[in-house]
Amino acid sequence: MRRLLYLLPVLVLGVLALFFMKGLEMDPHEIPSVLLNTPAPAINLAALPGHDHGLTTDDLKGRVSVVDIFGSWCVSCAQEHPTLLAIKETGIVPIYGIDWRDDPVKGAEWLKKNGDPYERVGLDPAPGHASVDFGVTGAPESFIVDKGGIIRWKHIGPITPEVWETELLPKIRELQK
Amino acid sequence: MRKALALCACLLALSGPVLAADPDEMLKDPAQEARAEKIGQGLRCLVCQSESIENSNADLARDLRVIVRERVKAGDSDRQVVGYVVARYGDYVLLKPPFKARTLVLWGGPFALLLGALGVLVVFFRRRSAAGSPPPLTPEEIRRLDALLKDSGNS
Amino acid sequence: MIAEIGHFALILALAVALVQASVPLIGAQRGNAAWMGLAGPAAVAQFLCVGIAFAALMHAYVTSDFSVLNVAQNSHSLKPMLYKVAGLWGNHEGSLLLWITILAVFGLALTAFGGNLPPGLKARALAVQAMIAVGFLLFILFTSNPFLRLDPPPMDGNGLNPMLQDPGLAFHPPFLYLGYVGFSMAFSFAIAALIEGRVDAAWARWVRPWTLAAWLFLTCGIALGSWWAYYTLGWGGWWYWDPVENASFMPWLAGTALLHSAVVVEKRDALKSWTILLAIVAFGFSLLGTFLVRSGVLTSVHAFATDPARGAFILLLLLAVLGGSFTLYAVRAPSLKLGGLFAPLSREGALLFNNVLMATGAGTVLLGTLYPLIADALNLGKVSVGAPFFNSVFLPLMAPMVVAMAIGPLLSWKRGDLAGVLGRLKFALAAAVAGAAAVWVAQGGSAGPWWAAAGMGLALWLLLGTLTELAERVRLFRLPLGQSLQRASHLPRSAWGMTLAHGGLALVIAGMTASSAWKSESVQNQKLGETVTVAGYAFTLTAVNAVKGPNYDAQQAVFQVSKDGRPFAEMRPEKRIFIMPPRPATDAAIRGTLLGDVYAVLGDQAGDGVWVTRLYFNPMVPWMWAGAALMVLGGLVSLSDRRHRIGAPARARAAAAAAAAKA
Repeated sequence: MRRLLYLLPVLVLGVLALFFMKGLEMDPHEIPSVLLNTPAPAINLAALPGHDHGLTTDDLKGRVSVVDIFGSWCVSCAQEHPTLLAIKETGIVPIYGIDWRDDPVKGAEWLKKNGDPYERVGLDPAPGHASVDFGVTGAPESFIVDKGGIIRWKHIGPITPEVWETELLPKIRELQK
Repeated sequence: MRKALALCACLLALSGPVLAADPDEMLKDPAQEARAEKIGQGLRCLVCQSESIENSNADLARDLRVIVRERVKAGDSDRQVVGYVVARYGDYVLLKPPFKARTLVLWGGPFALLLGALGVLVVFFRRRSAAGSPPPLTPEEIRRLDALLKDSGNS
Repeated sequence: MIAEIGHFALILALAVALVQASVPLIGAQRGNAAWMGLAGPAAVAQFLCVGIAFAALMHAYVTSDFSVLNVAQNSHSLKPMLYKVAGLWGNHEGSLLLWITILAVFGLALTAFGGNLPPGLKARALAVQAMIAVGFLLFILFTSNPFLRLDPPPMDGNGLNPMLQDPGLAFHPPFLYLGYVGFSMAFSFAIAALIEGRVDAAWARWVRPWTLAAWLFLTCGIALGSWWAYYTLGWGGWWYWDPVENASFMPWLAGTALLHSAVVVEKRDALKSWTILLAIVAFGFSLLGTFLVRSGVLTSVHAFATDPARGAFILLLLLAVLGGSFTLYAVRAPSLKLGGLFAPLSREGALLFNNVLMATGAGTVLLGTLYPLIADALNLGKVSVGAPFFNSVFLPLMAPMVVAMAIGPLLSWKRGDLAGVLGRLKFALAAAVAGAAAVWVAQGGSAGPWWAAAGMGLALWLLLGTLTELAERVRLFRLPLGQSLQRASHLPRSAWGMTLAHGGLALVIAGMTASSAWKSESVQNQKLGETVTVAGYAFTLTAVNAVKGPNYDAQQAVFQVSKDGRPFAEMRPEKRIFIMPPRPATDAAIRGTLLGDVYAVLGDQAGDGVWVTRLYFNPMVPWMWAGAALMVLGGLVSLSDRRHRIGAPARARAAAAAAAAKA
């Protein structure tokens, strides 16, 4: 018994070591969404200047779609933009945009300049109720919403061609069946 | 990339003055404002990771401060306001983790540790004070000891 | 050229450390005096090599040699000299070099002051020191070389994070490292004692001053960090329970426990294996802190730029050092000779009780700090463990410890008389209860937080209990005052040290309680000429001027502050924008009074002639700093105790021998 007590420190260290080794592989900054497999939040967002439609929850029903949270101020949104345009070309899935914490004029100009990959865009000015309803932690963030309007997937960070091919597309194909 | 950006955001938030709510965000009613502040202090700023939304400069923290105040103003109870944020961001936003099965070790750990340590302590004292303890002092010895102690002080 | 010399010196240091880690150890095992004797000169050589490397990097920083990558990334030619110097340790590579340099300094100190140590113990302790050095030298040479060149050199450097350009933070890391690395001495002695299989009063007497030195440096480092947070973060917070803060607090708790249990080893020849364990754990926590801060396994506001490869290396180092020592401990500690009688109601009993609480406290902080990682690794989801958790679990654990802190020193060794002690503490108890009640009434009962009354009561109890002990020692009021004073002047310094440190903690507790419970704040858009009153202080904003610092531009507000209609002070908080890198920083204006700090912060401009201002009254915060200073002073006074002067007995012996030779 007493011997066991003396062994305790090395045992505790062993257990901690396992956690630390695992910890080196994990990213503590990554926060998974709690909204997966729940209905997309009710939103009713105004249109950007020069656009006909805003974005409402009803738009997200009926077919599989991607909701992309972006802003003209956001550097990595510009980075994912070409990929989004390419996705639009394929016509596989409609992308809806939420222009988060943005000046409406700047947002519209940004889309005019860089091209508009979005089926519809809703404006979500600060404090970004709709985006917070989606549990946003930063831009860009993208959600896959199924036919029934249920959130099925969340991707944090820019969509690169690789992310699209390996992560999003298979998920979308599966949901479209 | 995203990680690097998050890091940048953190560094920016860190290097900027970290301050509480702006006057424009604050509620007129001091009692409500105090409640909102208290709620906010328990909510984690998701972008900067280690601070509450009340002490962070990040945009998202500011938005959440405003939203917390909106809920308070709309007449939500403290629990409802916290529930509103947790429904969107999960338990992760709570700086004080809720008592649940998966936080059992966290909340129970310190007490288990204390009980274990005290248990070892009791066993230790039993062995070490009973085993070799000399016979109790006789009244005469106690009297002499007192006299000696009085003489030499208590250092 | 100089940078290359520095790099070469580090490689040489590694070679020396390898010799120092092996030869004396083998010598001690075989009883070979010459091999054992190599440890001392090796430690000196080690210091010289590392010192040259440190001087080389310092030279690069001071002369702004931007052809050295590390300097280019972390310095700037416009920086004031103090921050050029401090820039050296404001980054991963440089701070690691500082770590190693301090380790070498401690090795040198052990060689210089350890003249009267048994040669075996000294050789083994120095060898263990060198093993640690080998690990860190490998780390710096293979993953974090600060001497890498940049070709072509840039015109100017990237500058230092403005947050670090501050006197409080400039000296915070060196003190912290002096503390962390200082615990390596107790560690080396512990390992040496385990190898020898002998721990006795003399061992404890040798370990105590080193532990005390490490403890007071660490206390100083933590207080500096806290003070810095208080005046730069701009809202009067001083402790966040952030992982990095916890990383410095855990070794402090273990070190404090070690300091006290070593006393028991010295006086009562008991608690040996526990003390050895604490010595290993205190240094282990220091290494753990290094791992947590530099590996990125936890999220923290002030971690270094993290790198998993470095993380893996430190983890390996941590496991090698601690795994080896804990295994050695498991094998050798059971055979340590048990001490004698040990009663719960005695000085040693009280010390042990507090040791247990402090260890539990350290365990709690460890659990809370690592829990997000543990939960994530077990797929239990992401969990945050923040200040509210620690406040509600750690603080209640520490309350009984503070209660016992007043009682313990009054108990006598071996067999204490609790009833008698409590009798002598009647006054302290009555005053503490009365104080708590008065606080309760003054804050309007449950209108204020309940713990405010408890905290103030505890602080009062500890302060008065400590003073009671002092009064007992000098027999105040029982002897004529003159005789009491004479007794006071003859008290051992270590007794004074304890009184100062415990009294200091009482002040710290009072300050922490009051500033958390009764802070007044007012945040508003303030017009020029407008007056805002906080806690009786009327702040009139008279001007906001643009001012220029050496490497920043600032907006400086001028507040005329008055109290009860009489002028109190002129306060000038600044909002700074540093030039390189361009980042904002706040410089709060703080005026301390006995009752608390008057604290003003300038925010953004909110309109024409209108600024956001944040005005605070932080009650009793100066008590916290004063208390911390008293604790450090207590450590210093105790360190100067004759009995701790390591060379003293040897010199006395030598003098006696000389006298004998003459006669």
